[in-house]
Amino acid sequence: MQQSNRLKPFFENINFEREDNTMVVNFGPQHPSAHGQLRLMLELQGEEVVKATPDIGYLHRGIEKMGENMIYNEFLPTTDRMDYIASSSNNYGYAIAVEKLLGIEAPRRAEVIRTMLIELNRIISHLFWLATHALDVGAMSIFLYTFREREYAMDLMEDYCGARLTHSAIRIGGVPLDLPKNWTEDLEKFIKTLESQIPIYEGLLTKNRIWKMRLEDVGVIPTEMAKSWGLSGVALRGSNVKWDLRKEMPYGLYDELDFNIPISDKCDSYGRYKCYMQEMYESSKILKQLIPMYEESDTQLMAHAPDYISATKEEIMTQNYSLMQHFVLVTQGMRPPVGEVYVATESPKGELGFYIVSDGTPYAYKLKCRAPSFFHTGLLTDLLPGHQLADVVTIIGNLNIVFGEIDR
Amino acid sequence: MRTYTPKSDVQKKSFYSDRFFVKPSVPRKDVESDDVFLEDLQSFDGLFQIEDSYIELDHLVLIINPNDNVNVIKHLKTEQSYDFLVELTAVDYLEKKGGFEIVYEMLSTSKRKRVRVKTFMKQNETIQSVESLYRMADWSEREMFDMYGVKVVNHPNLRRILMPNDWDGHPLLKTYPLHGNEAASWYEVDKIFGKEAREVVGPELRDSACVDRYDTNRFARLGHEVSKGTTISQGNEPDTPIRYQEEGGVKLFGAKLVTPFDEIETVHLKERK
Repeated sequence: MQQSNRLKPFFENINFEREDNTMVVNFGPQHPSAHGQLRLMLELQGEEVVKATPDIGYLHRGIEKMGENMIYNEFLPTTDRMDYIASSSNNYGYAIAVEKLLGIEAPRRAEVIRTMLIELNRIISHLFWLATHALDVGAMSIFLYTFREREYAMDLMEDYCGARLTHSAIRIGGVPLDLPKNWTEDLEKFIKTLESQIPIYEGLLTKNRIWKMRLEDVGVIPTEMAKSWGLSGVALRGSNVKWDLRKEMPYGLYDELDFNIPISDKCDSYGRYKCYMQEMYESSKILKQLIPMYEESDTQLMAHAPDYISATKEEIMTQNYSLMQHFVLVTQGMRPPVGEVYVATESPKGELGFYIVSDGTPYAYKLKCRAPSFFHTGLLTDLLPGHQLADVVTIIGNLNIVFGEIDR
Repeated sequence: MRTYTPKSDVQKKSFYSDRFFVKPSVPRKDVESDDVFLEDLQSFDGLFQIEDSYIELDHLVLIINPNDNVNVIKHLKTEQSYDFLVELTAVDYLEKKGGFEIVYEMLSTSKRKRVRVKTFMKQNETIQSVESLYRMADWSEREMFDMYGVKVVNHPNLRRILMPNDWDGHPLLKTYPLHGNEAASWYEVDKIFGKEAREVVGPELRDSACVDRYDTNRFARLGHEVSKGTTISQGNEPDTPIRYQEEGGVKLFGAKLVTPFDEIETVHLKERK
């Protein structure tokens, strides 16, 4: 019986304790370790999860609907807001999808700068992942160390494009700006610092008994489950599948670059942690190779395709036809050929794909963003049962999910 | 003379196109041009009817009968080692063809190839779920149902996924307005204040760029300020004279008179401190 003088807890029509002795816990959507707006309905038997039901949609902004109502260039800054930890990767994925639809290629220097940005962004994203994941698991100090290096990386981003989080520095057809003076030297300095710092993070965690107890054999994703759920990125490589789009289906400059794909056959959180740490080394290795490639490249930054891409600023200001073309492209937008394209890139989270259906008008007829985190969250339904409640936080943090791209 | 098109909704769609403009198309190749894809296609001979097949931007596109979708995808998965179903979505062709195109995007990690299986279904028809083959279809089909209202049969849990369960309409349909329909503007009002408060609260303003210049409660009239809550309407707008505070100096808290900017007395810094 409800006692009238007691406050009755309101659990949104969920039975808190049920007859079969399982307890229903509503984890999120505002839980600090839910990494955004994840609501998990967990049925617990003691402290063991019996059933997990992820509930998403708390950050749904209708980005795909917006994509159908904006011209192609207008939509590019919106892609920043998907995976906001690594926004350049989103810009890049969208830009090369549209470029493939148009049948154009970015000039070499632009491609070098783009690759620098997305690899730098990968490092930023991995550092952020390490910081928040370790914080969730209880290692507070690592957060302070990684955020220091992330700050340096974001300063580099800021020097290049002025923004720190939502860059929009990669455009359809190339990049708008060349690297500022001495940027590559700063980048070299950063790589040097980072490479001296990663062993410190590893020293704090890799052999740490608590860290190993919390991560080893926790969140084991068998290869079959990973494939069935369409996992990608480190979640897939941590499940013993050697699959990195940069290596296996190269795009951009990746077939010219020398790097390794770390994989783990343990399939657990600790294996994925090791992959992430190794990937940071690989990214800095890529960045080092890009610096001489930048210096050798020609100075052109935007593709020459008058039908789709505006001319350079200098030409717009001096030549009448370029100005007219620019005016049409800004007010009406480019009209890509009729057709469909699906282009996938390896974002820090996994396979980020853009499926665009064009009907020849300046607006995409259909734009679908294939976000890796969406499926990584769906996996929780199958992965969490059998784990302890404390492991739930480890698994969510370890899968590196970002709600901007899950809900879109 | 050019045919007249209304130009009031310029932002909504492209209103101008040249009479002689011919839309180009993405080049399509024959399946014969790629050995791996040709082998994939030939493995279907005698099993299922492939209505059309071509290579579009490195993807093999197969257009199939909607009733065959599970079998075709099962065949691709088990016989042709397409081990990933990468993406599953629908495209709204209700206006043009009266139905949806369902798109299955598949990937083979051993062949490093991608296949797009497409099928067309009428609006009132249903489509079989492929969840038994790929678990990821669980969430993708829920999203497809949520966004387009496509009915998927044999799905274990066909509920909305991104929108609330009691939402009205399917947001990605072309008929659904960008800022939401009528029900959308009352949704949160009903949830927070209750239906009976509709008269008092009014509908939610879902166009974030909308500025009502006669609403003095929620909007500041820049340059034409009035005090909050003043009732004004068209023709009944108070005239706000514009004064510049530099004229005659600025009084700070009634005590000190801050004199206007004097260029002669200004000290120019030689370098940044």
